[in-house]
Amino acid sequence: MLRSRITPCLLVHNKGLVKTVQFQDGKYVGDPINAVKIFNEKCVDELMVLDIDATVNGSEPDFNLIKNLAAECRMPFCYGGGVTSVDHARKIISLGAEKVAISAAAIHNPFLIRDIATTVGVQSVVVVLDVKKRGIFRKYELMTHNGKRATSLSPVDFAKKAEDLGAGEIVINSIDNDGMMQGYDIKLINDIRDSVSIPITALGGAGNHADIKDLITKFKVIGAAAGSLFVFKGIYKAVLINYPSVEEKTSLLGIY
Amino acid sequence: MIGLINYGSGNIHAIANIYKRLDIEHELLTDPLTFKKADKLILPGVGAFDETMNLLTNSGMKDALNELVLVKKVPIMGVCVGMQILGESSEEGDVKGFGWIKGIVKKFDASRLTHKPHLPHLGWNSIHPTERQHHIFNHVDFDMGYYFLHSYYFQCSNDQDVLSYTNYGGEFASSINHENVFGMQFHPEKSHQNGIQLFKNYANL
Repeated sequence: MLRSRITPCLLVHNKGLVKTVQFQDGKYVGDPINAVKIFNEKCVDELMVLDIDATVNGSEPDFNLIKNLAAECRMPFCYGGGVTSVDHARKIISLGAEKVAISAAAIHNPFLIRDIATTVGVQSVVVVLDVKKRGIFRKYELMTHNGKRATSLSPVDFAKKAEDLGAGEIVINSIDNDGMMQGYDIKLINDIRDSVSIPITALGGAGNHADIKDLITKFKVIGAAAGSLFVFKGIYKAVLINYPSVEEKTSLLGIY
Repeated sequence: MIGLINYGSGNIHAIANIYKRLDIEHELLTDPLTFKKADKLILPGVGAFDETMNLLTNSGMKDALNELVLVKKVPIMGVCVGMQILGESSEEGDVKGFGWIKGIVKKFDASRLTHKPHLPHLGWNSIHPTERQHHIFNHVDFDMGYYFLHSYYFQCSNDQDVLSYTNYGGEFASSINHENVFGMQFHPEKSHQNGIQLFKNYANL
């Protein structure tokens, strides 16, 4: 039986790892390669690494970092940040990532999704949607550039378009819930899940294992991604990389 | 020595790292003339069927592999797309595969999947070995299974060539073997202990 994925998501800023709250105030949590080594030992299902500087600075993906991460990763690895061309995607896959994530560039030019899918295969194309509630009606809106630029696009409409063009997975990243550790935005995830049939991964808000269990219980097979939960411990948010044990995971996934 | 066929597929490094940690002799082989040094071969793969076959053909690797696999009967194991190209053809493209194992590569029928998500088949899934109980799966936890990431599957012409089935909207062949040719649809190089064990078992066959 296909199982849900529990996926740590790491954010790269100034070559180190940070964890944000509502996409701001990144707190340093350690060195990327060291974190990967720890997650290897914990046998995580998958790992997602997003460079939050590249798009904002207009720079290329850090291929040297990707190469080092891919060599270290003993689990499937998705990389995103600054991917603006087919060549970027091809290179990231050839360096050993299983999946490449695109966001701002795909929103700016949706056909990039199709072009990358044709080259590296649909299964390796992940579209990340950064979503924020805006305006007096608190409507969901797609954002780019670390939540600083509004697009006036609806996340549901764009998710459908991304699927039609060849995306293999959608990551739904709630800016409002990021770092709050108060649970996922279930309504947002539900809206998108209803409108597409490709795999989706929820990110933003997981504060404890029960939040993951709620998500999986509701959606059956889904990706449950989290940042803060897997890098902090306790109410004072001491940095401590952690991940559910095999027994805990079994209970979260509701299997065996 | 385990020869890893290096035609540009990214997952080759992950496989090399596993053999390095196991302290099993292995080498990345880029020049087809050096393929004959290997006792066993591994054909990695991530990407599309046609692109993979074209890379192998244009580099002269295809002819070298046909000679070693068909005439010298050197064992070879294809991973992911590296398994799919062992077949005769694929619905994903127009280029012919190696045809070492009789069968064709087909797209999953999404209408048979009753729950979302549909495709790609993405994540960890269990495997169910056939009665052949091949040594390549010694000490493998079948329930834990392996990491899958694909939308196409290998439909074997001969059921006896199937080593394991996996369920995704019905059963499909998640691993295959005919004589000296092996194929793994999942990614053993990204499947923690079950993957490491499989590479070790392959080396010990």
